[in-house]
Amino acid sequence: MKIKELFSNLHVHAHEDNVREHEMHPQHYWNPYLVGVGLGLVLLASFVVMGRGLGASGALSTITATAVNTIAPEHTASNPFYEGYLGDGETSPLKDWLIFQVLGLVVGGFISGALAGRNKISVEKGPHISVKGRYIYAFIGGSLMGFAAKMALGCTSGQGLTGGSMLSVGGWAFMLMVFVGGYATAYFVRRQWL
Amino acid sequence: MIAPLFKFGYFNDEISLVVAFVIGIGFGFMLERGGFGSARLLAAQFYFTDMRVFKVMFTAIVTAMTGIFYLAWIGWVDLSLVYFTDTFLIPQALGGLILGIGFVIGGYCPGTSGVAIATGRKDAVVYSIGGMFGIFVFGELYPYMSGFLKSTHLGKINLPELLGVHYGVVVFIVILIAIAGFTVVEWGENLMAKKNKGGRNA
Repeated sequence: MKIKELFSNLHVHAHEDNVREHEMHPQHYWNPYLVGVGLGLVLLASFVVMGRGLGASGALSTITATAVNTIAPEHTASNPFYEGYLGDGETSPLKDWLIFQVLGLVVGGFISGALAGRNKISVEKGPHISVKGRYIYAFIGGSLMGFAAKMALGCTSGQGLTGGSMLSVGGWAFMLMVFVGGYATAYFVRRQWL
Repeated sequence: MIAPLFKFGYFNDEISLVVAFVIGIGFGFMLERGGFGSARLLAAQFYFTDMRVFKVMFTAIVTAMTGIFYLAWIGWVDLSLVYFTDTFLIPQALGGLILGIGFVIGGYCPGTSGVAIATGRKDAVVYSIGGMFGIFVFGELYPYMSGFLKSTHLGKINLPELLGVHYGVVVFIVILIAIAGFTVVEWGENLMAKKNKGGRNA
């Protein structure tokens, strides 16, 4: 019941324009430079304590590899990509640093959202697209992102933030191209957001 | 030198998972505070209406970069023991390009989708299922792509090594570029705000 109470609004929002204006209002969020310093200090703490940075897509890969391994173990055994995420078979692949970090990320996001009254069951989209349409875009975008993150050995967290602040050559090449890809595509999907 | 603490054996693997969870909480909390649980706010970056993604990312990078450089300089941290991936230049650049396309289509990146799910966004659940599908497709195609994926391998290399200059010089240049970037986007946001306001009144 407590969890339900924390969601300030349980009914699905149609996201009318007034809801959009309300949510987009920047005063509801912290100043971006302040958030940047906070995020930077979390990243720095990870470097100093663990000797590694932040990540996200790696956890999704471990879950995917574990799922494929559960359904078809012979299949994963012949593929070095899956094997890399499954370990020696003695301990569960889910007992992993990134898995626990992402569990924390979900908890941290929930706490922040609850304190600000931003937790609600809803669909994020512009006013000119249906919920179904938005789901299709979300699935396609997610698929491209999952594929690309594996190609780049990391996502916005692992390559962008971590690689970027360690001045990694690959991390900076990656990050510049993320912005190029985003801006090049934005015009074609504007009906989803604007 | 005492850090990275884990690499110097101050605690074991079990404790490291607790550390992971605590660091994750900080990570998720900050992303949500920045508004990164909202796909519309993230996508706004690519329509020049709200440049939060740029501001938060680069402030975070400058903070962590300057901090780790300083701690290494005063001798607390062994910089060579801090892990980041090897550079595979072309696969990483192409991966970044595709990821950027996926970002504006899907509205999230893997980390921000976790925060969006935590705050109740149903589209983020669909996005993450898509993410796992994309990883599955990658896994299936991996045997055919492994040659390309291992190409242009430069090793674990940073910009100071590539350019042959002192680490501090690159840190200083990145700070200057960030300040210039922040000045430009603040100016641009004001310009867009005026333009939108004018359009609505007309």
